[in-house]
Amino acid sequence: MKLASTLIPASEQAKANRAAHLAALTEVREAAERAAAGGGGTSRDRHLSRGKMLPRDRVAGLLDPGSPFLEIGVFAGHGMYDDASPGGGAIAGVGRVHGRDVMVVCNDATVKGGTYYPITVKKHLRAQEIAEECRLPCVYLVDSGGANLPNQDEVFPDRDHFGRIFYNQARMSAKGIAQIAVVMGSCTAGGAYVPAMSDVSIIVRDQGTIFLAGPPLVKAATGEVVTAEDLGGGDVHTRLSGVADYLAESDAHALALARQAVGNLNRGPGLAVAAGFEPPAYDPEELLDVVPADLRTPYDIREVIMRLVDGSRFDEFKARFGETLVTGFAHVEGMPVGLVANNGVLFSEAASKGAHFIELCSQRNIPLVFLQNITGFMVGRKYENEGIARHGAKMVTAVATTNVPKITMIVGGSFGAGNYGMAGRAYQPNFLWTWPNSRISVMGGPQAAGVLATVKRDAMERAGQDWSTEAEAAFKRPTEEMFARQSHPLYASARLWDDGIIDPRKSRDVLSLSLRAALNAPIEDTRFGVFRM
Amino acid sequence: MFTRILIANRGEIACRVIDTCRRLGVQTVAVHSDVDARVRHVAMADQAVSLGGAAPAESYLRGDAIIDAARATGAQAIHPGYGFLSENPEFVEAVEAAGLVFIGPSASAIRAMGLKDAAKDLMAQAGVPVVPGYQGQGQVPADLAAEADNIGYPVLIKAVAGGGGKGMRKVDVPGGFADALESAQSEARKAFGNAHVLIEKWVTTPRHIEVQVFGDGEKAVHLFERDCSLQRRHQKVIEEAPAPGMTVEMREAMGDAAVRAAEAIGYSGAGTVEFIVDASDGLRADGFWFMEMNTRLQVEHPVTEAITGVDLVEWQLRVASGEGLPMSQHQLSINGHAFEARLYAEDTANGFLPQTGTLTHLRFPDGARAETGVRPGDAISPWYDPMIAKIVVHGPTRATALLSLERALAGTQVAGTVTNLSFLRKLSQHDAFRAGDVDTGLIDRDVEVLSARPDPCSRARAIAALAALGLHRAQGAEALHLWVPMVWTAHLVWGDEAIAARVEGLGGDRYRVTLDGASHVVTRVGGWRVDDVAVSAEVGHGPGIVHVFWGNVYSFAVPDPLAVDAAGGAGSGVIEAPMPGLVKSVHVAPGDSVVAGARLAVLEAMKMEHAMVAPRDGIVGEVLVAAGDQVEAGAALVRMEEDA
Repeated sequence: MKLASTLIPASEQAKANRAAHLAALTEVREAAERAAAGGGGTSRDRHLSRGKMLPRDRVAGLLDPGSPFLEIGVFAGHGMYDDASPGGGAIAGVGRVHGRDVMVVCNDATVKGGTYYPITVKKHLRAQEIAEECRLPCVYLVDSGGANLPNQDEVFPDRDHFGRIFYNQARMSAKGIAQIAVVMGSCTAGGAYVPAMSDVSIIVRDQGTIFLAGPPLVKAATGEVVTAEDLGGGDVHTRLSGVADYLAESDAHALALARQAVGNLNRGPGLAVAAGFEPPAYDPEELLDVVPADLRTPYDIREVIMRLVDGSRFDEFKARFGETLVTGFAHVEGMPVGLVANNGVLFSEAASKGAHFIELCSQRNIPLVFLQNITGFMVGRKYENEGIARHGAKMVTAVATTNVPKITMIVGGSFGAGNYGMAGRAYQPNFLWTWPNSRISVMGGPQAAGVLATVKRDAMERAGQDWSTEAEAAFKRPTEEMFARQSHPLYASARLWDDGIIDPRKSRDVLSLSLRAALNAPIEDTRFGVFRM
Repeated sequence: MFTRILIANRGEIACRVIDTCRRLGVQTVAVHSDVDARVRHVAMADQAVSLGGAAPAESYLRGDAIIDAARATGAQAIHPGYGFLSENPEFVEAVEAAGLVFIGPSASAIRAMGLKDAAKDLMAQAGVPVVPGYQGQGQVPADLAAEADNIGYPVLIKAVAGGGGKGMRKVDVPGGFADALESAQSEARKAFGNAHVLIEKWVTTPRHIEVQVFGDGEKAVHLFERDCSLQRRHQKVIEEAPAPGMTVEMREAMGDAAVRAAEAIGYSGAGTVEFIVDASDGLRADGFWFMEMNTRLQVEHPVTEAITGVDLVEWQLRVASGEGLPMSQHQLSINGHAFEARLYAEDTANGFLPQTGTLTHLRFPDGARAETGVRPGDAISPWYDPMIAKIVVHGPTRATALLSLERALAGTQVAGTVTNLSFLRKLSQHDAFRAGDVDTGLIDRDVEVLSARPDPCSRARAIAALAALGLHRAQGAEALHLWVPMVWTAHLVWGDEAIAARVEGLGGDRYRVTLDGASHVVTRVGGWRVDDVAVSAEVGHGPGIVHVFWGNVYSFAVPDPLAVDAAGGAGSGVIEAPMPGLVKSVHVAPGDSVVAGARLAVLEAMKMEHAMVAPRDGIVGEVLVAAGDQVEAGAALVRMEEDA
């Protein structure tokens, strides 16, 4: 049925909500703009003076004009390493080339020569993970000095470090997921394997270089004096070594060649765009009015749903049971989805209902969309005794083992085990997006401080000591402050606990693009784990 | 009435005749050359007969083949259109000898008007005013110079058998006469095989006003005048009816004279009597002189149809089939004002050179009559007249009709060749023309301004930039970005000018286009809007080209980003042997300037001869081998100098 809103658009509450959301959006937007500026003016000017295109222009030049760009990890590295790696020194995301979704990973050589910080590696690997799960061809626009040496211990040796990039390339290539590299700058040491491990590689004359060791290292090692171009330039690699396949005259030419390469993958078009779907009956713009500024204020999550789905039509499943979890069927730009949305704390009934609904969607191959605004599962003797952990486990099992695509959007709080049941990062949703008003932590800051204070007070009382209210407040403050800082979406997104913060008003578009990308891969049958009944 | 006629022509006039035939229920037979097998007039006709090769002499001028076609298809009459065989008396006789009807005047009437000097004598005898001049048989240069002195300078030397401006020279002072005569005679000899010339008085502010007549072989009526003063090199550009500034007295005098002319030769069918009018002192009933009579339907006949409501082709058919004149003189009257503009495939900015090409896009606006022989996808071939269409408008007054003409030209969309559309549009806005202050020198005086290629403004360029990126059509989730807009670069070429436009996706339908310091926000759902102002621009698209139709047609080349030769300017510029072999020959020496692809040497290897060619334009630096040398794979053969 078509949902109906109770929003009073011009109300004081709506205005206050909007003002708070806009303030949060401004903070995030400014962070995004700083990240997009990469290495800043001087560094960008130097880049341009070499005849190179700026990284964002390279991405645009690769994609179809007018293509959407579902960018991931925009805030990677925000506030980390003294802000030395804005955007993690790379741009990544899903865009269209000849109408097909592809994953683009583009180094930003204006940021520390495009070297890989730990967060850069994490971003690159996350992009590959999405590509592999969604079976998206990968195009790497390479311009990087390789591992960031001062951080080598966090970049080189571990499983999910630099080497994993090439492992992923080989594994994806084996699965028929095309790997295309465009060498538009340095590709030194380990970086040399990006083009070498690709199915197709393109190199720009007088710009791109590929070598295991650059001229300084060669001189140090063997005394040989050689120019970068003669050691591993475009002419050498396309004519003599065969490391690259196409020689491009310029960045623009190289991008045109890469587009041609994608066009020749002989893959059918992606998911056909459904024609004639209805927009939501309620303007997504109103999300800023209807969603309370304060996470503690309850509201009806259907107000969000009706601003995301086609025609605001929602077939709500089991509406009268376990009412704190809203489940039901709808469409997003013509694509069927099963929505799982929090409408309060999770009780046993709600968790069982969630597991039931996920089973339904899994049987029907309907992608799941989780709208997270969850403080957690209900606590207390009554609930523990009735086995809420058992019911919660059912839902977590269902979320963990279903094979339908999952898209998670954190529209409010994401606390405790609620995060697990609602397809948090550990449950590997295809995409995980957050809103600027969202918060994420193991529990609320005051609750965490309260737990620590209770433990301390108990200890002090056992020792016969006195603890004043002021002293307790002073004790709790650092914990509360730490939680406040660490639960902020920019803190979370900087560490790639999610794929990015989005403007709530773009949620429907982002959902649609995420679903399209996810549906690029066939859905495999689900085999659930053992449900604790 | 005939039941079936053959149309011995092509292009717009063939289509025009078929239109009327269809309305009257008369079946039509088209003829065509090989290259015209699938053009519009062939598609419109009920039947079509192939005549032969593309050259007119092998097809549309083959009277015998045309008569055979008429007989074979059972056509009773032949409509000649204009041009080709329309004023050929031998053809008329042959048609009649074959027992068919020629839709037009008799052979004798054509002959009477065919030679200009004889025609003038005839007209003078019939009481039609003729320009003072000499049209005698004597062609002795000294005698001709004396005649010129009698007439008074400036004078005009014209070929007797001339037409289309050939063999025509204006002489301002007696001293220039001898040279002008010699060149006029030699041109006439070449063009017509007849060097005879006549001499006329040169009218200082001449206007070309012609009168449409229609005869039944004895009596004739006139359908008022047309002003064809807007000419360039004697080619009419825009015609109108009635003539601006025409008085009742003068119209009556000219009409009477034209009817006298037609009746003097027993004229049958549609014809036009052309007069030269001296407009230096306004239009005066004694200020017009006979120039020639065109014994056929004129190109510009639609303006007469527009103001009289008469279908001249219908009249031609009715009179040729034996009916009398459909209307008497007093039944004819003038309603409003009409203009016709001739749309040509020609490069006005480049000496009005005729152009060819395939019309990738062709659309005419509502509210105008477009007479055309081509459709989108048809070609303008080098074999025939490069006219694309005649655009005819009618209005209650001259001012409103002229506004309609301007609007119709602004709404005409044609791409695939270069046209004179902008020239016509500027002409329609010309102050003197607007004021009705026309003469045959108007265009030449302002030709530089009128013929200049229009320059697209930054808004038109912004639209072209979106079109070049394929963004003229809306798509799904357009340019959606999370935080940072995507910026695409569109590359366009306008003439010699390379344009790089930055196109920023603002989301949804909105793009900001920045070029040459200008910045515009462009949207296009429901029509183009630039900076939130709805504009009438439309876009056309072809391989490697985009057109913006916005008053004028602006065509921009869109370079193929893949059309880069990565081998060009190759590294050291050393041409190496690709395999072991014998140098068969060497074709260059050090210091030679070569273009890309030039043969430098030939290598014989594996029983094949391999040409070693220059990878780019440049200078040969060294030749490192000689013919007869055996070389190894990779051996340097020729070294090109580095680029300066």
